[in-house]
Amino acid sequence: MTRDTTESNQEFVTLAHGAGGGAMRSLLDELVVPQFAGNGNAESDTLVGLPELDDGAVHPAGDGALVITTDSHVVSPRFFPGGDIGRLAVAGTVNDLAVMGATSPTALTCSLVLEEGVPTADVKRVIESMAETARSAGVPISTGDTKVMGNGEVDGILINTAGVAYVDREQPVTDAGLDPGDAIIVSGSMGDHGIALLSAREGFDFTGELESDVAPVNDLVNVALDAGRITAMKDPTRGGLANALNEMAGKADVGIDLMDESIPVSGPIASAGEVLGIDPLSVANEGKVVMGVNPEDAEDVLAAIHTVPGGEEAAIVGQVTDDHAGRVVVDTGFGRRYLSEPEGEPLPRIC
Amino acid sequence: MSETEPLQFRDPEQAEQLADRLETLMADIDEPVSLMHVCGSHEQAIAKFGLRSLLPDGLSVRMGPGCPVCVTNMPEVDEAVAIAEQGATVATYGDMFRVPGTKKSLADARADGASVEVVYSASEAVELAAANPEAEVVFFATGFETTAAPTAAILDADPPSNFSVLSAHKYVPPAMEVVAEMPDVDIDGFLAAGHAATITGYGLFEPFVETYELPIVVGGFEPIDVLLAIERLLEYVRDGKAGLENAYPRCVSKAGNEQALETMWDVFEKTSGEWRGIAEIPGANLVLRDAYAEYDARRRFDVEPLDGGPDPLTEQCICGDIMAGKADPDECDLFGEECTPSNPVGACMVSSEGTCKIWDEYGGHPNL
Repeated sequence: MTRDTTESNQEFVTLAHGAGGGAMRSLLDELVVPQFAGNGNAESDTLVGLPELDDGAVHPAGDGALVITTDSHVVSPRFFPGGDIGRLAVAGTVNDLAVMGATSPTALTCSLVLEEGVPTADVKRVIESMAETARSAGVPISTGDTKVMGNGEVDGILINTAGVAYVDREQPVTDAGLDPGDAIIVSGSMGDHGIALLSAREGFDFTGELESDVAPVNDLVNVALDAGRITAMKDPTRGGLANALNEMAGKADVGIDLMDESIPVSGPIASAGEVLGIDPLSVANEGKVVMGVNPEDAEDVLAAIHTVPGGEEAAIVGQVTDDHAGRVVVDTGFGRRYLSEPEGEPLPRIC
Repeated sequence: MSETEPLQFRDPEQAEQLADRLETLMADIDEPVSLMHVCGSHEQAIAKFGLRSLLPDGLSVRMGPGCPVCVTNMPEVDEAVAIAEQGATVATYGDMFRVPGTKKSLADARADGASVEVVYSASEAVELAAANPEAEVVFFATGFETTAAPTAAILDADPPSNFSVLSAHKYVPPAMEVVAEMPDVDIDGFLAAGHAATITGYGLFEPFVETYELPIVVGGFEPIDVLLAIERLLEYVRDGKAGLENAYPRCVSKAGNEQALETMWDVFEKTSGEWRGIAEIPGANLVLRDAYAEYDARRRFDVEPLDGGPDPLTEQCICGDIMAGKADPDECDLFGEECTPSNPVGACMVSSEGTCKIWDEYGGHPNL
């Protein structure tokens, strides 16, 4: 529920509804899911549908299944250290497919909404970046749409991408399948995108390289799936590792224990996070994946990820437990504390 | 976190030795001890590193009125909202953005069409004014000495004429006195904030120690800093002594930053003011002196604080008791239910310096 913001008791959408976490979930639960869930004829056959609120939907198709996902992207600034909105739009959708187990995407769509006054050179640069990222992920962008809005009616460039991919029916992976005993693996350093973007947006000049990690992870997920049994998977985007793991723990009704010292965070990102008062574990990654792995397979999966570019820093960071169901606990080396789901946009502290 | 250089102040082995030392001291003292810190960053450090799970039974470390956002009074937020609704651009720190006023927060005002900008510093607010000469830019200035000094420096440097300050700056030492005098608060010692003391110097606390006969130790914010300061405080308690000590010498001196202080007192004067949920505190609010009247948003805009009473939910909120060290967040009926970071009832659930927000994020003393 949102608080009343006017005397007439009307409620309004606020930025908090777009920031993931509880506010967004209640918006979806109250306004969206009840309307869309169950309509159409094939709902009963859907393997993963809207109510699951996973990274994509999975529908039966022939001997396999079709995974479908969509995402809209707005980002400020549109060119940032390590990437741009175009690369983000392609990688985001490829990664949403990949974490459902669909690592060979069939096609992407590209819907552009441009604001009057945006330099065409910017649009060209963004489109070139989309094309290059799609090539590197091995997926064509095969249909799309373009709209131009008046000045002030949309913020610069908005890109919607959707993606489809076939997957073996045995292969779909959800974010709800964690079992007690599973190892938790992250594919690399945490918080790179969120901290780099916040620093770039606010013009902070931190010593050391702060770059977004935005990249497709389908190759990395592919070798991981071949190396062992992945029980649950997610790309830790908005809300970062904290959001992803809390969602996974909640959906599977299990607890997760993390070892702080095992979680890879680069030195510059950790330092910038300290200065800003923002936890790198609570901000977005755009080229990483977090997975639950059958404990017997954990070392094999880890070794496989290590061989893929971008997976060199992958680590086992914790394990799934029967205790404290739905919650994530971190051993800090000093004591234990919760890692909660972040709510609202991260805002730097006052002092 | 593997790639971060391990800091000397983050050595778990040293922490364990200090924890053993705290056990010994508490055994010697042989009765419950209650310490108070007055800084959200201390609460952050304690919760983030799970330090409460290291503390011996009988030792309680509570947060006092140490979150500048939390103690900003509702009518002060109302003033900022009213100024934004009159058409000025209100610039403020991110932490203040969602703090509920009587009717609405600045975030609500922005959703309703007002111009509200989040800034990271007073100088950024001045830059905003310089870049938008057609707009009136009002910096809603909150925070203790650490942010009051930069606000003062900005006003001292001849800012543009379309810039003004709505000061909700607060001054911590008088609030510590009020808490120490509260009849139902039983504090055995204070862990003073290293940030604020960097500006004011630790010598400032000498009269307090003499008057209230309580120990004060100034502490830093790394886990070892915090444990070390607690150890020093417990030694005073064991010896039944008052005293003042600086356990954060790498940042804090006795005199503080004299130039910053001079500017701060040049620009601001102390006045009596209500700290949200706590009390009217003499000398704890900082307002602009007459010499800076032209930059005082209260004089530039005609703003009457709202009346009609706050949201009834806020009457159930126990932020005041929490900031006076009388209660923990999980003793509040609203905590985690009606009051969450995305839908805060009390200010303590808004700021990253607020006890309730910190406990929501990390758990205060989770039973793990």
